[in-house]
Amino acid sequence: MRSAVVTFPGTNCEHDIEVLVQSVTGALPQKVWAKDRTLPDDTEVLFVPGGFSYGDYLRCGAMAKVSPVAAAIREFAASGKPVVGICNGFQILCELGLLPGVLLPNRTTKFLSRMVSMKVESTNTPITARLDKGEVFTVPIAHFDGNYFATADEVKRLEDNDQVVFRYCGLNGEVDHESPLLNPNGSVNSIAGVRNEAGNVVGYMPHPERIIEADIDPNGTRSALRLFEAIL
Amino acid sequence: MATSTFRVNVLLKEGVLDVQGKAIESSLPELGVSSISNVRVGKLIEFSFDHEGSSLTDEEQTKLTKVCHELFSNPVIESYTLTEVK
Repeated sequence: MRSAVVTFPGTNCEHDIEVLVQSVTGALPQKVWAKDRTLPDDTEVLFVPGGFSYGDYLRCGAMAKVSPVAAAIREFAASGKPVVGICNGFQILCELGLLPGVLLPNRTTKFLSRMVSMKVESTNTPITARLDKGEVFTVPIAHFDGNYFATADEVKRLEDNDQVVFRYCGLNGEVDHESPLLNPNGSVNSIAGVRNEAGNVVGYMPHPERIIEADIDPNGTRSALRLFEAIL
Repeated sequence: MATSTFRVNVLLKEGVLDVQGKAIESSLPELGVSSISNVRVGKLIEFSFDHEGSSLTDEEQTKLTKVCHELFSNPVIESYTLTEVK
């Protein structure tokens, strides 16, 4: 599948996506810049990588939301093709209104850079189709604003509609929303990632793209790689 | 053509965790002040706005609402007040 990666001033995880896409498909993703008004015609998968777009000024993802490329991202998402937002990419997709909710500063008031465990809640999206429901894997997080928030009504709707994709947990899948160890940033219902109603747009805070090499994958299950192989 | 100065005050909605507010509040006892609570941190955005006449047309008002709603604040977590500064 031909993929594209969109970058903004301050994006800094696009190279991880390039390495990932190249290792899975043999080809590099096409590059899309914040000021482009269209995506390459043959784009089948769109990545919105992590970083600090526009310096995180105003709110994370706020300026990206009104950047020239925003309309093309919306149009691509509406076409039903996969869109994956990671970390700042997740924040941007939320600001764009393509995903519900918003990412607040971490409950601990600290930038968190460590390994956490998360489990797969929804395999009802092309992006997690090759993972097993309930599967737990360890992934890196690196963010200041990863505290997922949505109104109580919205959270209920997400849970009822199988739109929670990943949830922070312990090594054995145990969940404790109040625990700073198991739910590091204080996300509502320990939510680490969500999908839109159609299932083609997925966003999450952790960085599975950073552990695709067997040498550094702490899981031994190829979970991170299987995540991306499903859409690439 | 006239130009007016506006201010937008953006504040997190009631019930949304304000970590900056909490951090500031926890520092206050060091100053010997323990009678301050419910500290909340917002944003103040000031800008100049060019408009046709002395009062705003509906279209101009709509423009201001649009920027407040779509950029200056995120309605999921924030509320705002827009005021003209004399």
